[in-house]
Amino acid sequence: MSERQIQLEVLRYNPETDTEPRFQTYSVPCLNEWVVLDALNYVKDNLDTTLSYRWSCHMAVCGSCGMMINGEPKLACKAFIHEYPDKIRVEPLANFPIERDLVTVVEDFITKFASIKPYLIPKEDKPISAGEYKQSPAELLKYKQYTLCINCMLCYAACPQYGLVPEFLGPAAISMAHRYNQDSRDGGRDQRQEVIASHEGVWECSFVGACSEVCPKHVDPAGALQQVKVASTIDWYKEHLMPWVKK
Amino acid sequence: MSRKPYIREVPKTSWFFRQPRYMRYMAREVTCIFIGAYALLLVVAVKRLAQGPDAFQGFLDALHSPLGVLFNLAVLVAAVYHSTSWFNVTPQAMPIQRGEEFVPGKMIVGAHYAAWAVVSLIVLIWGV
Amino acid sequence: MAKSNKPIVWGLFAAGGTVTAFVTPALALITLFAAMRFSPGMFTYEHLHAFAANWLGKLIIFGVIMLSLWHAAHRLRVTVHDFGVRSDLVVATIVYMIAAIGTVSAIFSLLSIR
Repeated sequence: MSERQIQLEVLRYNPETDTEPRFQTYSVPCLNEWVVLDALNYVKDNLDTTLSYRWSCHMAVCGSCGMMINGEPKLACKAFIHEYPDKIRVEPLANFPIERDLVTVVEDFITKFASIKPYLIPKEDKPISAGEYKQSPAELLKYKQYTLCINCMLCYAACPQYGLVPEFLGPAAISMAHRYNQDSRDGGRDQRQEVIASHEGVWECSFVGACSEVCPKHVDPAGALQQVKVASTIDWYKEHLMPWVKK
Repeated sequence: MSRKPYIREVPKTSWFFRQPRYMRYMAREVTCIFIGAYALLLVVAVKRLAQGPDAFQGFLDALHSPLGVLFNLAVLVAAVYHSTSWFNVTPQAMPIQRGEEFVPGKMIVGAHYAAWAVVSLIVLIWGV
Repeated sequence: MAKSNKPIVWGLFAAGGTVTAFVTPALALITLFAAMRFSPGMFTYEHLHAFAANWLGKLIIFGVIMLSLWHAAHRLRVTVHDFGVRSDLVVATIVYMIAAIGTVSAIFSLLSIR
């Protein structure tokens, strides 16, 4: 098994003692099979127990360990050491306030995500006795891709519009709205449109596409947002040119 | 334990220098300056066309200059970059579902390039 | 959060982006040839006048010009914002005014070609 000595340059920040963040370098003996998360765990276990960071599953399904690795938003458990040079710079996820070390404040995302009503809103009340909702494979395909989001927020770190305009709802929230709008069991599109068709909603997006490039689950939020724009535009014309048509 | 979150400022004017993908995005976006300038050129061209053969010849004469050549060259380059970047993202913006499968993105993109070739040929034959 | 009215301009932006993607490169090549006097038989007054005298020709010319203008205007608005200029209302007014003036000019010119 081959080993490499990696210099991990980590952005530290202690809110109780620091006025601003600073880099601290750790020398870590890494196995080639390791990911950056393994290196961080080595630091925490052997070199510096004060290093704070979020992680959980270590297999790219929980979305906890998002951070900037050599300037790129990545899941630390999916950033393989063998892909990097001997010096690796690790910083907290961009576009979010730093709580402490690599831990960011995620309240903004949580609030925005909840605001788009990420749950099925049935078209009409159906009692249990009426039976289950039936959905064909074709109907499932319409929204399945957008169910894969693990809320890791890498897309928010990559999105320059979110960085420049903090009010922007952001890729993951709008994609999740799209996921429910596309679900044949759902009837809540009108309610969600009030939120996502606003200025701070989908219209802040300029299709940079960075969100889709960094998404570890290949959700393609950029695609979802463009589809929302097209649908919202058709809506707008229907509403304003044919107001007599009931939705 | 007191909280004091630290906010990292994003430079409002130079943020796109930070990553190659942002540079490519800005390059794509600034093609609009050339597309817009060219559209205004066409506005002038149609105006001169309406004003008669002498006025139109004046327009053609003004076009025949180093600046005119450079401008059209710049528009050509910008237009091609706009076209390729536009066609390449079309499958993302308008996916086509056929039953239980999506039409492969490459097919949609390929069809656009083919149509582009055909339309370009028609326009060139018309203009030439 | 009120629903935005951006769909109006975005629809024009998207339509214009599609039209310009298909025709502008070939058009620019033609005007480049004209600028280079590559061949004297090109882009002649008679040929263009005949095309514009026809109602279908007028429609095509208008469509290309109008959509190009509004596509570029909206994209420029967003790009100026990306460059850090935050006075969106001022920028939007300026770019859409230019597009509108160009559109009106094209209409008048085309209508006077018989």
